[in-house]
Amino acid sequence: MSDLEDKLYTVKYSPDTVSHLQPVQECCRVCESKICTIICPAKVYEWDERNNKLIVNFENCLECGACRIACESSSLGWEYPKGNKGVTFKQG
Amino acid sequence: MDREENKVDVIVVGGGPAGISCAVTVARAGKKVVLIERGKFCGSKNVFGGAIYAQPTREIFPDFEKNAPLERKTVEHKYALLGQDDATVISYKKKHEDAVSYSVVRGKFDRWMAEEAEKEGVILVEETVVKDLIVKDGCVVGVRTELEDYYCDITVLADGVNSLLAKQIGLRSDLKPQDVALSVKEVIKLSPEVINERFHLNSDEGCIYEIFGGPMLGMLGLGFMYTNKESVSIGLGITLSELIENGLRPYELLDKMKQHPEIAPLIKDGELVEYSAHLIPEGGFKKVPVVFGAGVMVCGDAAMFVNNLHWEGTNLAMISGKLAGETAVIALGRRDFSEHALSKYQQELEDSFIMKDLRTYKDLMSGIGERASEFLGYYPEKINSFFEMFTSVDSVPKREKYRSFIKAFLSERKLSELFKDFWSVVKLLWSILIK
Repeated sequence: MSDLEDKLYTVKYSPDTVSHLQPVQECCRVCESKICTIICPAKVYEWDERNNKLIVNFENCLECGACRIACESSSLGWEYPKGNKGVTFKQG
Repeated sequence: MDREENKVDVIVVGGGPAGISCAVTVARAGKKVVLIERGKFCGSKNVFGGAIYAQPTREIFPDFEKNAPLERKTVEHKYALLGQDDATVISYKKKHEDAVSYSVVRGKFDRWMAEEAEKEGVILVEETVVKDLIVKDGCVVGVRTELEDYYCDITVLADGVNSLLAKQIGLRSDLKPQDVALSVKEVIKLSPEVINERFHLNSDEGCIYEIFGGPMLGMLGLGFMYTNKESVSIGLGITLSELIENGLRPYELLDKMKQHPEIAPLIKDGELVEYSAHLIPEGGFKKVPVVFGAGVMVCGDAAMFVNNLHWEGTNLAMISGKLAGETAVIALGRRDFSEHALSKYQQELEDSFIMKDLRTYKDLMSGIGERASEFLGYYPEKINSFFEMFTSVDSVPKREKYRSFIKAFLSERKLSELFKDFWSVVKLLWSILIK
């Protein structure tokens, strides 16, 4: 995990105060694979066992869109961050 | 705001290669065009390998080689088959007089293209997300942004692989995990001298690695490496459905690939400058959406225009953008923005290499995907083990070695399996060359 933190540390973000990623927690609770917690290249999603909910570290999002397509129940609310927010790639 | 006051001839959504090419084509014809980009600047949300192709870029910006921020001119393509701890590498090197491709950094190159387009009259609006398309009587008549509505005669969607807008108006169905590859990339800083030495290059020359196997052995995924002036871009793209089925984290695969003995020395002691991720449309011909409708056209990644075997995308983006732009100019001249009028764009695409190439490879991904563990796992491993056998010196007579290699080959795989593999290759070649 620390490796990924090092990677994400190199990315320039202008985080918004509200999330552009809106999971439907009722769907997440019954989702068996919780695949978003695995395939996301920025580990935006983490399953909180204790509170039985999906944590969304949206400020780390690289805006690739993989989670939206991978979401088992196709329930993830996914939109682009506002125009002046989100990731800025300098070396893409 | 009043509808007429805020009206232009064409609005292009997305300031990547497709959108910029389209916008500049429209502006050159003297029409009023607005290019809307959601990032802080054009290129700031874009990621690719990558290299841009010289000939198609010249079609849009004839003098780009004199002025654009280019990294290195490609002189060598390397194809590396990685086993667990060995590798077979094939290389093709030629110092072309006219460059075929250049490595670029999108944050610099796309931005440069957009600035050039502005000089030619394109009105660039950055940091703006188009939320909805405005549809009136079945015809797209404008776009709704976070702040205001803009109206136009023709809207061109060049909003990238996720194209929420094309989906919104029903031009394309939602993507499936097998239709996209998730790509992760790292840009690693190294001095030009070190890059030149490790990759055997002169200072303006570049090398492209296409990497098979390694941590993706048997899976529908490929690695890549590109030399820039003062950095190396290394990454991989793997079909999202493979990641899901195998429960893999993409950055862990990349870390493993970076540690492979063939790769590690090339990037040793380099400093990570930036990590990024992006989706690549991989669906090919069968997943190309409807690319035109009343008042609207779709180009670039939004239209799934990627030729994955040849690693082409930006060229299909630029040329499709240009064709959409030319169609828009003709439609504006006739004041006819109907579906029928804009169907000319589809015709132009069909007549160009874009749809011809996509059609040529229509069965490629499904053909390889069905037998990925064979074509991207078993056989690449066999190639490596052949060379291991061929290069070994251990006082065993050569004929015995050949025979045991062939014996192992036949005992590992049933004759029926070998026949199936052979048959899928024949089918694939038939589909590429003939049907």
